[in-house]
Amino acid sequence: MSRIVRPHAPLVTRRALIRGGALAAGGLALSGCDGLVRDPDVTGILGKAEDLHRVSQRTLGGGALAREYTRLDLSPVFRANGSRSVADAAYRRQLAEGFAGWHLRVEGLVARPLDLSLAALRDLPQRSQITRHDCVEGWSAIGQWQGPQLGSVLRLAGLADAARYIVFHCADLYHGRPYYESIDLADAFHPQTILAWQMNGAPLKEAHGAPLRLRVERQLGYKQAKFVTRIVAVSSLEGIHGGKGGFWEDLGDYAWYAGI
Amino acid sequence: MAEDPMGPTPEAGTGARGAHPGRMRVRHRLSTRIWHALNALTLLVMLMSGLMIFNAHPRLYWGEYGANFDAPWFKISSARQGAREFGFVQIGNARLETSGVLGYWHDPDGVVQRHAFPWWSTLPSTYSLALARIWHLAFAWVLSLALALYLVWSLINGHLRRDIHITRREWHWRALWHDVTEHARLRFPKGEAALRYSVLQKLAYASVLFVLLPLMIATGLAMSPGTDAWAPLLTEVLGGRQSARSVHFLCAFGLVGFFLVHMAMVLLSGPINQVRGMITGRFRITEEAGA
Repeated sequence: MSRIVRPHAPLVTRRALIRGGALAAGGLALSGCDGLVRDPDVTGILGKAEDLHRVSQRTLGGGALAREYTRLDLSPVFRANGSRSVADAAYRRQLAEGFAGWHLRVEGLVARPLDLSLAALRDLPQRSQITRHDCVEGWSAIGQWQGPQLGSVLRLAGLADAARYIVFHCADLYHGRPYYESIDLADAFHPQTILAWQMNGAPLKEAHGAPLRLRVERQLGYKQAKFVTRIVAVSSLEGIHGGKGGFWEDLGDYAWYAGI
Repeated sequence: MAEDPMGPTPEAGTGARGAHPGRMRVRHRLSTRIWHALNALTLLVMLMSGLMIFNAHPRLYWGEYGANFDAPWFKISSARQGAREFGFVQIGNARLETSGVLGYWHDPDGVVQRHAFPWWSTLPSTYSLALARIWHLAFAWVLSLALALYLVWSLINGHLRRDIHITRREWHWRALWHDVTEHARLRFPKGEAALRYSVLQKLAYASVLFVLLPLMIATGLAMSPGTDAWAPLLTEVLGGRQSARSVHFLCAFGLVGFFLVHMAMVLLSGPINQVRGMITGRFRITEEAGA
């Protein structure tokens, strides 16, 4: 109580106080706020909005078709994203052979597991669509896609009643982990959900997922699995890789329903 | 909401504490105060998470498509000139160097970062598109539902008609010019007039309520590929998905501009009284000197 602070020798200079205060505020913002922002319990609750998005869009939109464009609207250069090439030796060999011996495996909760060659996929009724590809990052590109509807392939295999999801396994490793994706039956049987082998009138290039990629219009780019080699019908996504239904869903908290 | 902002409170004037004579009156309704607080928090979360989302692709385009090979009308990036690296903002062909703030800055650990918006402006503070989307898209519901409820409630309780509606007399250019000059001289209304919004205030609040916030929501929805399928008109009217993204960004900075002017006006017109008015509803009015 009796301690005297001499005015000419301040314990703390005003400048130091201001700087300290600014640093403390910044530090608080960083540690306190970021702690809350990244808290898995908090983001877990906020992430439940994904269900609101899915339910509200399905209720309001039903089976609405994504907008289709004309050839005049095509992006001059369609940006390739994610894996642009596949290192796997078997894939390199198939690519060199023009995918002559390649086949798509369809299995899981189906009556008749299938091995479909590229020729068999081309022989199925085809759908061609010019659609806009929307990346989660914010950019968009318009391209033309052609291939059989996923619905016709699934009908060929005969889905079991227990099947709820369709999982797409890919030939590529991204950041060292196998890429995969999944959609539910509402999207699987949507008319614009196709297995595209052709882009802008030519067979798919490697950068765009040769020989076969999924097009599930009305969802963001990371759902459009490339280099698809195996399609599995399942009743639950649990136990498949990280269990959240896709590469980005497992790795980085991205939403499984990517319609927004 | 039985409160009448023009009516006296029971305890009006009893709190007069010598140095600050004046009468206490109710300034803002409870519905306005609740929405204001919730909306302030929501907009802060939306802005900071939105800036993080922008960092994922810091370029804006007009039209339906736009990606790295297409020409942006706006971008934030970094470049190298000899040994010197710098951040810049580019609008059309004009470049403005922004090192230290945009495109090239140091994080709190002193590490060089080349993301568009700096750590102190984004949520979270280190790059995470996934987390920013979780916050942004959850609070989008809060923003939309709270705005809808507030507008319906304000229609019912007469707030819009009594306080926001701009009368024919106020639309006169002379009245507008008078208000502009009064603001420029920092002469704010005294007495009973302080309880009513001036025409410039009405214009500012109406453009936030009926233009900027609805446009934020509409352009946000227009960017959703799911919504675009069942409500294509929204995206088409805006000129395409990338146009919608550009307008979304411009409106966000329109709101930032509103916030800055709003804060300046609060500070210049008696911050303690104004903030108390927005928190408790109680506002002290003083008469003109000599009155």
